[in-house]
Parts: sequence; structure tokens; C-alpha cells
Amino acid sequence: MKPEQISAIAHLARLSMDEAEIPSYQQSLASILSFVSDLERAQTQNVTPMAHPLPGLTQRLRPDVATEGDAHERYQANAPQVAASLYLVPKVIE
Amino acid sequence: MTLHTKSLAALAAGLRAREFSSVELTRTLLARIEAYQPQLNALITVTGPSAMQAAAVADGVLARGGAGPLTGIPLVHKDIFCTEGVRTTCASRMLDNFVAPYDATVVAKLKAEGMIMLGKANMDEFAMGSSNETSYYGPVRNPWNPQLVPGGSSGGSAAVVAARLAPFASATDTGGSIRQPAALCGVTGLKPTYGRVSRYGMIAFASSLDQGGTLTTSAADAALMLRAMAGFDVRDSTSVERAVPDYVAALELPLAGMKIGLLKEFFEKGLDRENERCVREALAVYEKLGAKLLEVSLPNLGLSVPAYYVVAPAECSSNLARFDGVRFGHRAKDPKDLMDLYKRSRGEGFGAEVKRRIMTGTYVLSAGYYDAYYLKAQKVRRLIANEFEQAFAQVDVVMGPTTPTPAFALGSKTSDPITMYLNDIYTIGANLAGLPAMSIPCGFVHNLPVGLQLIGRHFAEERLLSAAHAYQRESDWHTRIPAGYE
Repeated sequence: MKPEQISAIAHLARLSMDEAEIPSYQQSLASILSFVSDLERAQTQNVTPMAHPLPGLTQRLRPDVATEGDAHERYQANAPQVAASLYLVPKVIE
Repeated sequence: MTLHTKSLAALAAGLRAREFSSVELTRTLLARIEAYQPQLNALITVTGPSAMQAAAVADGVLARGGAGPLTGIPLVHKDIFCTEGVRTTCASRMLDNFVAPYDATVVAKLKAEGMIMLGKANMDEFAMGSSNETSYYGPVRNPWNPQLVPGGSSGGSAAVVAARLAPFASATDTGGSIRQPAALCGVTGLKPTYGRVSRYGMIAFASSLDQGGTLTTSAADAALMLRAMAGFDVRDSTSVERAVPDYVAALELPLAGMKIGLLKEFFEKGLDRENERCVREALAVYEKLGAKLLEVSLPNLGLSVPAYYVVAPAECSSNLARFDGVRFGHRAKDPKDLMDLYKRSRGEGFGAEVKRRIMTGTYVLSAGYYDAYYLKAQKVRRLIANEFEQAFAQVDVVMGPTTPTPAFALGSKTSDPITMYLNDIYTIGANLAGLPAMSIPCGFVHNLPVGLQLIGRHFAEERLLSAAHAYQRESDWHTRIPAGYE
């Protein structure tokens, strides 16, 4: 994997990455991808991909109604920066 | 009075008979934690004052006669479970300052039973690791030998139980994170069927694999705990609507005639000879008790680790997208724009192994690679699940080793991720297929515990617990305590 590819994946994953860190990711991702390429050995024609670990079950749905009360003060107690009940981020629109 | 070595049932009986109080029991275990924490590093947070208050309340309930089977008994929660008002870190710098605003369902249920939380157990960061060495708070030491790892990711929980600092610790298992540390620390670990125990408030790693469970010193104690933890939860969309059986009553299910499948692929190359000897001796005990042994084969089982290392990182990269430095968790200083805020908060907040998995997951889900990796892995997952189903048409329980070797040295497998990943070679299959599985102590190699793994059909926890209990009536491995912790 080329350094540019590692940087591109890091960007997609929203992870900062120094130039100096790139070689170690090149190495470990290459070894992980080579390890998982063993999967090619499996005969999987006509096999349905398994998305739920229990047979016959799918994700349960519920009616689209609010079930939780307003607890924003409690939740925002963990926020790094809040003002007037709003989460603060760097300026997005000029 | 050696309160710390008593079973849950014995503790409950002693509390009811007023032989000792919950305050005395809690004080005893907190003193043990204080004494042994410096050498084990098994906990991230100790909640002494609130534990003593809760114990006093439990003593009141016991005095009034309204106590349940777990009232007044102390526990430790893995630091992946949200605990209201108590720091919940997932062993990550990202959540170093996070105080959970609500209780996980497991935490709430055990609180309602009157159990006393002593603290939060150390673990691998975001449960990603097999040795507890990825924790932001430093590695946990194995109580059997401080130079060795306790296993992971629930290494703190397993060390707590092995060192008799608490009779129960909660844990989670995505690829072996309950069973592998149970084996390496010589305790009893139970990973229930996927969906059996609510995942609400359990910080998500790989949502199609994660399952909460128990670490205890015996199967009888695991049955008591699972009965209290299991059940449908409307707040977890993967929770299963199914009645909870009385696992304690089920412990006495007869063993005679039970068919045990020996998984051929578990006994092939890579298995330590001495580990194998312990496992085979345990199987001979089952035979003596009237079980029948049959060989079964899962030809694609060898692909379970590669399939897992596509599926789990993919789900992890998606789940961990929520850590953005905005709503909670670590935030980088002086961001120049929003992108810089995201990237540096995440880059600084996550450790190396977590970042490696996020990178792997992002890659396998990215345009052009999805079919080759993710879809292919989901198909192989189906093949493995089908093979387990075919095996369970012939046998009631599958047995084999939990791990290839006993506990290994700190630092010995950290340089190559694949070497570390292969530790879970025997445990990952049950997660991929959503099956319940246990690890119980079955012997020692050079004074280090060895685990026997039992895998059952979906929702066959009763069968597993009764089989484990039958073995533990015939053996005393599970009662052994590491030197210095007696």
C-alpha cells in the first residue's frame, strides 16, 4: 500500500496521521490484508451473506414515537464546549 | 473468616443468617483491592465510598427480610459498561473524563438486585486486544505470575475474580474476550447467546458480535448471575424476546447420554501439547460421567479469524465514528477548523490498536473493496455458522481448548498484530455463529491454568452450565487460588 493510500484512508476515518506514522500502518495493514485474503479460498457461490448472528432474526423495529425525555443538560455535562445549550465547534460557515 | 473465597450461594446464605454483614463483606473486599491493586492494576476506578453506602442500604434490606439471592454481594463491572455518575473510560484516553449519564441495563439490573459495585475493571482499549496491553491505563498483570498477561479484553475482570477481589465481575466477549482471559486466569467465563443479555449501555465495538456475560469462580455462580442479567430489553434492538429459564435449577440436568463433539480442527497444529493433555483428561472425566464423545469437523473454521478481522474492524470503524470531540470525550486543543478538530481529537484520543482497526475497517468498507472483503467475510461467516448447525445435529455440546497455550509474557506478542489475533483462534467461531460458550479451568501447565471450552446450541446456556457444573463437582481446578491471594 502506498503512503498516499494510507493518508487517504486516514482521512476517510478522520484520523490525524503524521508522516512518521505512515510506514507502520503500511506494514501492519499489508500484513492484516494478506492474512484476511485467505478468505478467497472459501467457496461462497450461492451463499447468502450473514448480517444477523441468529437464524431467522432481523433487526427489530419500533413505532417512530419519542420515548426519551429531554435530558440535554445531563448529556451536555460531558461535552468539551457548550454555550446556551449548544455544542460549540470551530466556525464552519464564513 | 475467609469471606473472599466463598461462593455466591454461600455469601447469600451467610448474609441472610447474619453471620456477617454486607458492610463487613464490602469492607473486606475493598481492603483486598487496596492491597493487591498496585501489583495487578486490575481496576481503573475504585468506588469505595459509594460501595460502603450501598452495603449499608443492603444490610437494611437484609434485616427487614426483603433480600433476594444477590442482595449485599459485591461485584466489579468491566469499564465498558456505563455506570451513572461514575467515570466510564473503556480504557481509552478518549473517554478518560467521561462520566456516564445513565446505567447500562446490566448495571441497572444488578443494582436492582441489591449488588454492590466496588469499582470498574481495566480492559483492552475499547475491548480491542487479547492481552490487556492496549489499555490507556497500563496492562493488567496475571495473578498467577505478574510477568504474564491475564488475557483480554476482559483481563481486569478475570484478574479480579482469580485474585478473589470480588466473587463476580461483568465482562464482554466479541471474539473471545470473556473466555480467553477466563482460561488464562483460571476462572469460569460464560459468553451467552448473542442477544441473551442486553447490550444497552455497553460501549459498542462490533455490534453483530458483542455480548455481555460473566466471570465467576464456578458454573454455579455463573448460573446465578446469568439469571439476573439475561432478558429482553426494549432499549437494545438486538435483544431477543424470549423467557429467561431458571439457570440455577438447570444446573442439575443429568449428563448421562449427552453427546460431546470434539472439534477436529481444535486439536490440530498450534495447540500446545500440555494444554491438549489437560483438555483430553477433562474429556475423559465427561466420558466417565456417562457422556459420549464423537469427533466433529468444521472444515471452514480455519477461516474464522480472517473473517472476524474483516467483520469486527468494519463494525468498529462505524461504531467509533461517534467519537468526534464535540459531544463527549477527548477534544484536541486549538483546532483550526472542524476537520482538524475531528482528526486530532480522534488521533490523540485513540491508541495504536484501535486506530489500526479503524483503518482496517475503513479500508474494507471503502468503495471498490466492499465486495471483496466485507461481503466475502459475511458469506464465510454464514458457512461457519452452517457448519456449527450441522455439528449440532449430531452432538449436544462441542468441546475443545479455549486457547492454544497458557498465559504468555507481557510484551511478547505486541510487535505483530497477527500473532496476537491468532490467540482467539478457538473462540471466534462461537461469536461469528452467535452461539453460547464457556471456558472452565481444566488443569495446570507449569503452574498456569488451562481452559476447557464448551460451545452450545443457540440459547442452550442451561446445557452448558449443567455440563460445566457436573465437571466442577468432579474436579477442584476451579477452586485453586494463585499463591499470595489465598
